[in-house]
Amino acid sequence: MFTRVAAVVVTALAFQPSLLHAVQEAGVMTGGDQLVWWAWPLILLVLTFVMGILAALGGVGGGVLFVPIVSGFFPFHLDFVRGAGLLVALSGALAAGPGFLKMNLASLRLAMPVALIASTCAIIGAMVGLALPTNLVQTALGATILGIVALMIAAKKSEFPDVPQADKISSALGIYGVYTEASIGKNIDWKIHRTAPGLFLFIFIGLMAGMFGLGAGWANVPVLNLVMGAPLKISVATSKFLLSITDTSAAWVYLNQGCVIPMMVVPSLVGIMLGSFIGVRILRVAKPSFVRWLVIGLLLFAGAKAITKGLNLPFFF
Amino acid sequence: MTDDIKTPEANEEQILYAKILEVGMYIGLMILLVTFVLYMTGIMAPAVPIELLPNYWVLPVHDYLETINHEYLHRDHVVTGWGWLAVLGKGDFVNFLGIAVLSGVTIVCYVGILPTLLRKKQTAYLLMALAEVIILVLAASGILTAGH
Repeated sequence: MFTRVAAVVVTALAFQPSLLHAVQEAGVMTGGDQLVWWAWPLILLVLTFVMGILAALGGVGGGVLFVPIVSGFFPFHLDFVRGAGLLVALSGALAAGPGFLKMNLASLRLAMPVALIASTCAIIGAMVGLALPTNLVQTALGATILGIVALMIAAKKSEFPDVPQADKISSALGIYGVYTEASIGKNIDWKIHRTAPGLFLFIFIGLMAGMFGLGAGWANVPVLNLVMGAPLKISVATSKFLLSITDTSAAWVYLNQGCVIPMMVVPSLVGIMLGSFIGVRILRVAKPSFVRWLVIGLLLFAGAKAITKGLNLPFFF
Repeated sequence: MTDDIKTPEANEEQILYAKILEVGMYIGLMILLVTFVLYMTGIMAPAVPIELLPNYWVLPVHDYLETINHEYLHRDHVVTGWGWLAVLGKGDFVNFLGIAVLSGVTIVCYVGILPTLLRKKQTAYLLMALAEVIILVLAASGILTAGH
């Protein structure tokens, strides 16, 4: 009951018509001068707090909600939203990374080869994204978000994927491990397979992370879990840690290009971190399927808004 | 699956990486919050008046940089790359310090584990770590540029 009430409150805040309408209107007007300057960072703080809760409950990173929603409904230019989105995703990864590494849930050996490919491609993606016309990037962002929704609906997760035999690459690199599965009180040995196709997919993941400033947890986890065969917990933790490397490389490109406005970045970081903090606590009593559909709905809404904005089409909201 | 006898520990380089990452993250976060307070309270005056920011954040980054340089900074070139270091005395640009620390801590982590990888003769991972350092330093250097 508490979960449902919390989720409804969160959704109501996220979809608050007057708030979004005011934001939308001001974004259309020159300079957004309908509101006093401090209203924007304040709204951003509240909204990112809500996003932080939803992201933690929905098992997605903050960036994938942040970029489409903020670029769709706030007056900030997409260049700054992408820069802030990467820093939001990066901060979440930096905060979670040390704990996951120490608990041996994130694997440095699994992450290093993947990170090398993804971070290189994220730099290329960031450069391409900044060179392309804004409308094109906004439309492609919307299409990508809708693709993520399809992936979230279609992809099944496997707690302990069946990996009959480690492949040659992972064996040579010693990518295997053991972790304690507290829920069943056992140590789980794990190894991976299909390393080459898995690494290949990270080329595209890195490109998209850099181009749209999304983070990439939504793609990391299915590839690590379903393609490479890492257990779900190892995949989630390694993915989160991985973002600290992938997003770093792209974040530097945006930072060096001047795509960072502290008045946007700091409230966003604080909001998303506080929201995640609360979200993790709600997660204990939350119904995962209900929250998952809530996030899917929010992404559908944001993806559609991004496409219509990119194509200069009217949006129903 | 094996029965729980002892909680498995992460390897040496992973623990070292985690420790450096943790310290760097806290330092970066602390700097970011302190500098933002200095900015918001006006203790450090910003280059761009905060009440006028809504006029500028709607612009594409290139136009934004040109405009704030023309109207407030009056420098020979727009502030890109590490140019913010030259205007670190301004309340808005001092925030870049924390952001740079947060963005740079991964490089320090990789450099930090190089000696361990070398000692353990983990040649493949040593080369990967070196390559990652080069890539991240290249990204951080500002050599890689893009624009509309």
